[in-house]
Order: sequence, then C-alpha cells, then structure tokens
Amino acid sequence: MAKRAAPEVNAGSMADIAFLLLIFFLVTTTIEKDKGLLRSLPPIDDSEVEPPIIKEKNIFTVLINRNNQLLVEDEEMKLTNLKEAAIDFLDNGGGTNAAGESCTYCKGDRSESSSDHPDKAIISMKHDRETSYEKYIEVQNELVAAYNYLREREAQRLFNRSYQSMLEEKEKNQFSKDEKLNDQIERIKDLYPMKLSEAEPDKS
Amino acid sequence: MSKFRKKGKGELPAISTASLPDIVFMLLFFFMVATVMRDSSLMIENVLPAADQVEKLKKDRTMFIYAGKPSESFKRFGQEARIQINDAFVGVEDIQSAVLQAQSELIEELQPKFVVGLKVDKKTNAGLVSDIKQELREANALKIMYITNTKVEE
Repeated sequence: MAKRAAPEVNAGSMADIAFLLLIFFLVTTTIEKDKGLLRSLPPIDDSEVEPPIIKEKNIFTVLINRNNQLLVEDEEMKLTNLKEAAIDFLDNGGGTNAAGESCTYCKGDRSESSSDHPDKAIISMKHDRETSYEKYIEVQNELVAAYNYLREREAQRLFNRSYQSMLEEKEKNQFSKDEKLNDQIERIKDLYPMKLSEAEPDKS
Repeated sequence: MSKFRKKGKGELPAISTASLPDIVFMLLFFFMVATVMRDSSLMIENVLPAADQVEKLKKDRTMFIYAGKPSESFKRFGQEARIQINDAFVGVEDIQSAVLQAQSELIEELQPKFVVGLKVDKKTNAGLVSDIKQELREANALKIMYITNTKVEE
C-alpha cells in the first residue's frame, strides 16, 4: 500500500467559531444587578444638646407591632392606605417653614392640625423587635413611595418631565456631570426633603 | 554545505494559525469564568422581601451582610436567625470590624461612598436588623441599602 498522509484538516475557521462563541458569551452574560431601598442612617450623636422641640402635628408616627399590625397616628390602618395618608400629611402645608414661608406648591388640605410645611414634616417610624422584616420593608417602601409620588409631581410641574427619567439620565451621565440636571434634582429633593426617622425598638 | 540548504526554496513559510483557536478559547474561558459573580455560598435561607421603589446598587462600593435562619444543611447552628458576612457566621459584635475592613479595602475615591447592602431574609425579626444598623452607625458606615426583589406590578 502506498503510504498516503491523511490530509490536514483546515483549522483556519476554528478561530472564527471560537470568536463567535466568545462574543455570544460576552453579549449574553448579564451581570445581575442588585436593587433595593437606599437609606442613610443617622450618625451617632453623643452631644448633650437638647433636641429641638418639634410640634406634635409635624410628626407622623408609624408604629408596627409584633403582630405586624400598623398603627398610624394612633389609629389602626391597612398598609394599602399608608401611602395616601403619608402623602396627605407631607403635602398638607398648613403653616410656614423655619424661614416663615408658606408652602406655595402644596396641594393638601392646609389643615391646622397636620404638618406645617414639607420642610418640617417628619415621619417617625417605630417597630417592635419581633416585627417581621418583610413587613418592615413593605412599610418603608410605602413611605418612600409617598415621597417619590410628591417629587414626581413637582418634577412634572416644574420641568415637565418625570423625576425617574431625570435620575436615570444622571445615572447614565455619571462621568460627565450635568450641573443643570443635578441642580434640578436637588431642587426637587429640597421641595420634599426625606425626613424619615426611625426609633430604636424597645428592649424587652 | 549543501546539507543545510536542502529545503530552502526562498519562500516564506506560512505562519501557522493552528494555535489561534487555542488562544481564543483561552480568552473565551477567561470571560466565562470571570463574569460569573463570585457569590459567597449562603448558609442561611435568604428570600428577599419585595419593594417597588428601588434604586440600583453600585457593586464596586458595596459589602454585603446576610441574615436569616440557618438553612437545611446548617441546622446545627440552631433555629435563630444568624448574621453571615463573607463565608462565616458572625456575631453582632463582629460586624464593626468586618465593615471597617471592607471599607479600607476599597479604592480611596470610593471609600466615602461606601454602601452596606443588607440581604436579609423576609422572615427575620426586624430587631436583628436594628441591631445590625446600630453596629453600622457605630462603625460610621451610614449608607445602607435594603436589598430587595423588584415587586411585580399587580
């Protein structure tokens, strides 16, 4: 038999195939992004300064007991109504802020017995040690939703666009700072500053 | 000296591209491996609560603290909810040092923007979470994010 070498397989296209695979993986692997509620904790304050006295009507108390029941302003409330109640409270604008200005953009009832001004309105939240984390997050979520609703409304009124889209644009251009956009976002945040305080749960 | 010139025909031999696929495959495998997020294996049950007012988390400046009941195969650690950082259960008192260490490992520009992500099982008592928060306040890591699932619109 004549000794014939087997013809060499052309491996030139192998690289292309591998590149195709590589690009496929590069495109399809999405890095799953975690999402959540961003909050800031208050720094520890050791000073002995008396805390300023805050009027009862400027505080919106939310209590969650160990059975996950909600007590809002001394009345039991369902979670679904919490957002509405928080919006009414924040948007009331019954008086003036520290600088003596009344709230011109509030659309609330302007009732004497509710908050004076969004600047002064504080939501105070307290939970029991045995409250479930799920409930706690749900309540937090509703309260953040109340703020977002009001900010959204102001963004529409002032800049005729949604607050969400402004935040997204800021996120997208994080390396080329857009001063105007940042100013606009800050302005809206200042209209309804998020004042959400959390009390330590009682030690039992 | 004809011995050495036997094959010389004056033509350049074609460069063998046979090893190119290997190089590309190496790249491919590198990306396949590197893009898998290294997630510390959880020793706890970790079903996150749901929320819809969510913001995105920037991973480069974050450390995670997990909490929840020990899962099926770690029953020997008891029924009570535990805190897990990296790959180990830790007590509440260890949080501060772990947080400070994680913060110091970041590049300098990001250190003031340090965020602690709390991945807490939804059945955990909120008391444990407030203990963690108290420790974080003492460690002066004030930005936290409650990691949640995105709620599906009903």
